[in-house]
Amino acid sequence: MSLLEVEDVVVRFGGVTAVDHATFTADAGQVTGLIGPNGAGKTTCFNVITGLQRPTAGTVRLDGRRITALPVHRRARRGVARTFQRLEAFGSLTVHDNVRVALDLRRGVRGLLGVSRPRPGEVLDLLDRVGIAAYAHERADSVPTGVARLLELARCLAREPRLLLLDEPSSGLDETETQAFGALLRELADEGRAVLMVEHDMDLVMGVCDTISVLDFGAVIATGTPAQVRADPRVQQAYLGYSEEPAVTSAVASAGASAGETTLVLPEVR
Amino acid sequence: MEKLLAFAVPGLFTGAAYAIAASGLVLTYTTTRVFNVAHGAFGMVMAFVFWDFSQRQGLPVWLSLLLVLGVVAPLTGLLVQRFVARGLGEAPVGVSLVVTVGLFVGLIGLAQQIWPPDARFLPPFLPETSLELGPVVVTGHQMITIACSVLVAGGLYVLLNRTRIGTSMRASVDNPELLQLFGGRPDRVAALAWAIGMSLSALGGILLASVVGLDYYQLTLLVVNAYAAAMVGRLKSLPPTFAGAMGLGLLDSFALGYIPPDSVLADVRPVIPALFLFAVIVLLPTAQLRIGQVKGQRAAPVPSLQRSLAVGVLTVLAVSVLALGLSETSLLRLGIALTYALVMLSLVLLTGYGGFVSLSQLTFAGVGALAYAKLDDPTLGGLLLAALVTGLVGALVALPVLRLTGLYLALSTLAFGVLMDKLVFQSELAFGFNGSLEATRPAVLGLEVATTGGYVVLMTAVLVLVAVALLAVRRGPVGRVLVAIRDSPAACGTLGLDTRFFRVGIFAASAAIAGLAGALFAGLRGLVGAAEFQYFNSLPLLLLVVVFGVTSVTGAVLGGVGLMLLPVLQADNPSVAGLIFAVIGFGAVALGRDPNGLANRLFTLGRWAAARLAQELGGTRPGARRRLGSRAPEDEPAQAAPVVEEVRDHVAARG
Repeated sequence: MSLLEVEDVVVRFGGVTAVDHATFTADAGQVTGLIGPNGAGKTTCFNVITGLQRPTAGTVRLDGRRITALPVHRRARRGVARTFQRLEAFGSLTVHDNVRVALDLRRGVRGLLGVSRPRPGEVLDLLDRVGIAAYAHERADSVPTGVARLLELARCLAREPRLLLLDEPSSGLDETETQAFGALLRELADEGRAVLMVEHDMDLVMGVCDTISVLDFGAVIATGTPAQVRADPRVQQAYLGYSEEPAVTSAVASAGASAGETTLVLPEVR
Repeated sequence: MEKLLAFAVPGLFTGAAYAIAASGLVLTYTTTRVFNVAHGAFGMVMAFVFWDFSQRQGLPVWLSLLLVLGVVAPLTGLLVQRFVARGLGEAPVGVSLVVTVGLFVGLIGLAQQIWPPDARFLPPFLPETSLELGPVVVTGHQMITIACSVLVAGGLYVLLNRTRIGTSMRASVDNPELLQLFGGRPDRVAALAWAIGMSLSALGGILLASVVGLDYYQLTLLVVNAYAAAMVGRLKSLPPTFAGAMGLGLLDSFALGYIPPDSVLADVRPVIPALFLFAVIVLLPTAQLRIGQVKGQRAAPVPSLQRSLAVGVLTVLAVSVLALGLSETSLLRLGIALTYALVMLSLVLLTGYGGFVSLSQLTFAGVGALAYAKLDDPTLGGLLLAALVTGLVGALVALPVLRLTGLYLALSTLAFGVLMDKLVFQSELAFGFNGSLEATRPAVLGLEVATTGGYVVLMTAVLVLVAVALLAVRRGPVGRVLVAIRDSPAACGTLGLDTRFFRVGIFAASAAIAGLAGALFAGLRGLVGAAEFQYFNSLPLLLLVVVFGVTSVTGAVLGGVGLMLLPVLQADNPSVAGLIFAVIGFGAVALGRDPNGLANRLFTLGRWAAARLAQELGGTRPGARRRLGSRAPEDEPAQAAPVVEEVRDHVAARG
């Protein structure tokens, strides 16, 4: 049984169907990728899993138990944590205090009353783990986007989540940072967490993910290993509008990328 | 059946007037996302302008009407949009509430200044004409009003659905940026909406004025009833707004006809619009959590525990010395200032730290005073119990609405204020109609506080304790979460915080502080009545604390002194009584965007002065050394200065 099971989830906004009978899973110890063109409903899926958006129909299960109707904070207490595509760091607080808030909240009422405090160095250890300890005393609204994303990750880790949802975590990171970030993701999964990631950087997705689900127009059109997904003609159709041999696809997609479009770049798996 | 019809006609008339005013409110809200609390006050002022044109200056009625609806009101709307409302829609809801409440209070002051209290009469339209429908008589004025509402409904339908700019207006509700991309001009759309909205508010005010009379408050608040109607349309849609307005008008009229004047329910009639507003808000669907960009706000510096304690002890000592030399009148005034300061401290927690706006904080003080007088337990325990009761009442008010956004919380506190003022405080169970209750000053640990001077020292001690506790909370985990929840409620939720529970807790704590202030005030006066806690007075209180700085203790103390001085100033200079309100109101309009207020400017000045002083004395600048070490968090540096300022302010407060 997978840690997270999303089953037949539908989300409609008025006449628009953002998520259309989506079904996918995320397993403990694995990195799962959720990819698809812009507007495919990826972030909406995250909102449904975390409880920020109530689905029109369908079920979300954690550990086999339905959490579809639980409020946001109850899901967080069961081990669901997420980062946001459009950043939600606490701008008026320092980077250090952003993580401190998360640690206090994990300790519940005792944490808020100051009865139970984080152990010395706990905040800095978390910041160190994601590599932003140098920014500890900066205000969160003054740090670069990449740092703010890593800050959100550190804040999530403070909750010691079992399921980690990352919404475009690598945007704002340069190439070296992205590689280090990929290694960190592997580590986080190897420690037993389920990591579910929405990401447009295909190098990162293909290099790190164990399984990938592809969304298009709100529906899951393919699920499998990176190699399987790359070879799937429906995926190529969704990304490029037509199906091609992988070698050619790569070249076309690279050309598209320079024009700033969202494209599927298909490198060899490292 | 006859009776039904006889009361349906005036009901439809009031409903029609509400509908006209409410549709203006909806129009400005949907296009600019600014909820104009002052909508009713504008209607009131326009009714006075109309009276001035048609009665005082003797212009023909049609010309006066044309001038007000076609020139004065739209021009005012354009000016307000250009200089006040612009950019307010994107600001936090607390800011737009404070700014429009500022307009509200300022306009009432302005009206009092231009048209001092006097008997004025505005004749109804077509007084000679009436229509007899069997046994029921419909006056010409009523027919005109109902016809106007039909015309407004039709006109707005054509404007919004059949014209290009109307389509832009509807589009800008959802996404002004997108509208701009497609060649629409949000600024022009907003200007048009404010111009039309203002004319509609004027029409509503004028139509109601000849029935209820030209009264600053009555007229303003009658249009406030239109808020309830607008809420039925969720501030978005016009047809339900019209239906809601008609329903409210009919309900009100039938209550007059069918509730016997001697029954218990008779007292309920004046608060029907408030109850209606409350019910509609409670029934609104839950708001989605907003997800957006990283935002941060600059906060006033928070002094350390040692410093706040030191300043606190000094303050109590200074007041003790001062109390020996002051006259009884001055001591009472000082006590009132301390009461207001404590109520404002409750807003420092709620508004300054939490970002929520309450429009009925003085009502909570009233609840505290009532509880203290009724409990009749003149000890510290009695004070605390009164505070606790008020806290529970606060939780009850907040519980049903905290799943909604801050705007609805503020409006339901407004409804709560009206309800308590007109229904509960006046009832025999409470203070009684125009009555008052006796309250004994509490004894502290068995020691009675015999003199007013001693009691003022006790009040100061309580104020200091609450301030020190508040600052301790601000520095601790709860303080950080308060800031965090203001920056991103969604992220707080995903980190495991029950945001609703937390907010109810903060609201209740804030109400409890206000209740404590009310209980202390009851002891100070020895005799308290409903008149001390009229809900309208919560508005200048809110504005003054925002102007002086709702994010700092200093701001609350300065604000308390300011509010105490208001009636004194007005009594000394009756000719500018209205002007004082106008200054406060428009001051809040000017300063409302910076919640740190005047207090923070003093801090900045003090910091600069301290730095200069240190330089003059040959030492290094205080900031220089700190910069070499690790970077301190934003709130930490330069705390010496504010404390100096606080001491000076406390001393100045007593001059």
